Amino acid sequence: MSNIFQIIWALGNGFYTTLKHLFRRPFTEEYPEFKRPLPPRTRARIILTSDPDGRERCVACYLCSGICPVDCISMQSAEDENGRRYAKWFRINFSRCIYCGLCEEACPTSAIQLTPDFEFTRRDILDLVYEKEDLQVAHGGKDPDYNFYAHAGVATRFAGKGEHMGEEKPVDVKTNLP
Amino acid sequence: MWLWLLGVFILTLKISMVLGFLLLLAAWLVLVERKLLGRFQARIGPNRAGIYGLLQPVADGIKLLAKEDFMPADAERGIFRFAPAIVASTAILTFAVVPFGTPFTIGGKEIPMVISDINVGLLYVLALTSLSVYGVALGGWASNSKYALLGGIRGAAQMISYELALGLSIVPVVMLAGSFSLVDIVNAQAGLPFILVQPLAFVIFFLSVMAESKRIPFDLPEAESELGAGYHLEYSGMRFGLFFLGEYVQMQVLGALIAVFFLGGWRGPLLPGPVWLVIKIIAVVLVMIWIRATLPRFRYDQLMELGWKFLVPAALLNIVITGVIVLI
Repeated sequence: MSNIFQIIWALGNGFYTTLKHLFRRPFTEEYPEFKRPLPPRTRARIILTSDPDGRERCVACYLCSGICPVDCISMQSAEDENGRRYAKWFRINFSRCIYCGLCEEACPTSAIQLTPDFEFTRRDILDLVYEKEDLQVAHGGKDPDYNFYAHAGVATRFAGKGEHMGEEKPVDVKTNLP
Repeated sequence: MWLWLLGVFILTLKISMVLGFLLLLAAWLVLVERKLLGRFQARIGPNRAGIYGLLQPVADGIKLLAKEDFMPADAERGIFRFAPAIVASTAILTFAVVPFGTPFTIGGKEIPMVISDINVGLLYVLALTSLSVYGVALGGWASNSKYALLGGIRGAAQMISYELALGLSIVPVVMLAGSFSLVDIVNAQAGLPFILVQPLAFVIFFLSVMAESKRIPFDLPEAESELGAGYHLEYSGMRFGLFFLGEYVQMQVLGALIAVFFLGGWRGPLLPGPVWLVIKIIAVVLVMIWIRATLPRFRYDQLMELGWKFLVPAALLNIVITGVIVLI
């Protein structure tokens, strides 16, 4: 007999719980009106960033293109008159991209980076093929101070650290302590 | 001759009003259910089409009509096409015997507020609910898909099991009213609605009609998590829409039947009859939505146990008790 009371109590408790929820404020965040601020490392639209000096970081090493699991990155490398490599053209097919972020991990110059901007759908799939001018931005992305070509070098028998031609002074690593 | 034409006109008017009301209410009940289920789960529910999502049924209707009407290659074509119509039409036809108000007189002729007052109205209702099993079973079988077939078989088994409890639970009501006619049953409740006299019969009837309408927690024929969508798995477009419409019309029909058998039908203070009937139907439907939001699906053996080991014996016991009291 107590079993029946238990059943009735359990049923009543369940119905009371759902009824309570009926008068609660919904948790829903309504998307186009409310946009949740995304963490800066969210992986969405890809950009090509620039040095602090404003030059392109990309050295067209093909590492991003090589690691890309869906082969959506393609480029053509070239050299300028100073021997600095750059990408003649650089193309990302976002209709293939899976936003895995492997290109960003592979990049030695921190040039290719993923941004939290995910709202770039298009009606025509060919509009999702981004060329270099669509990808290149004038800022440094997540690494604003990093400069691949600024190197301090090592001490040789000719000169000490940072004393060679075109070298910068070595960074005092203690300033990197938190 | 003129009087006959007038009679036909009035009957057509009544039928079209009931039918239009039934179908429109079915469309918006879908919205009410989705909204309420949303709120039960601390969500908002559809709110994009029109203010508060009021145009959502229109959008759904257009979508269903515009979808491809797909048929599996090896389906039994005729039966596959026919099955949704059985479900929808049996649900709609049941409303023919539901009284929705006091009769009134125009030009010395009394017009009853019911489409058809059959003296075996209750048997007609039971016959139609039995027929709707065919829609489910045949639709599942004709799809030539294992999930649909399983859904159809489950539907047939479940509805046959609960048909018995459904019929038996109504017998005490018939004993008290002394008639099979739904009009007479409502008139017999002029003093006291039968829910107060027959609470056990009400509980059994309510559970059985929930099972008949294949709603959670009795939704084994369409169990999404096990059978995809059950008997209407292979249906698309407006054929699926007919199954869907049938389900929601059936909700209203069951609400109306519960109102007629236990809540005093159209009777109520102040407001006119049809308004009271609609209020009672919607109240029953809201309770059904509440149950859907609360209870999980029964296991198959639990379903059969509830039907055969609890509802049928309880209904028989209720008949005996009522019979003894009526005799005394």
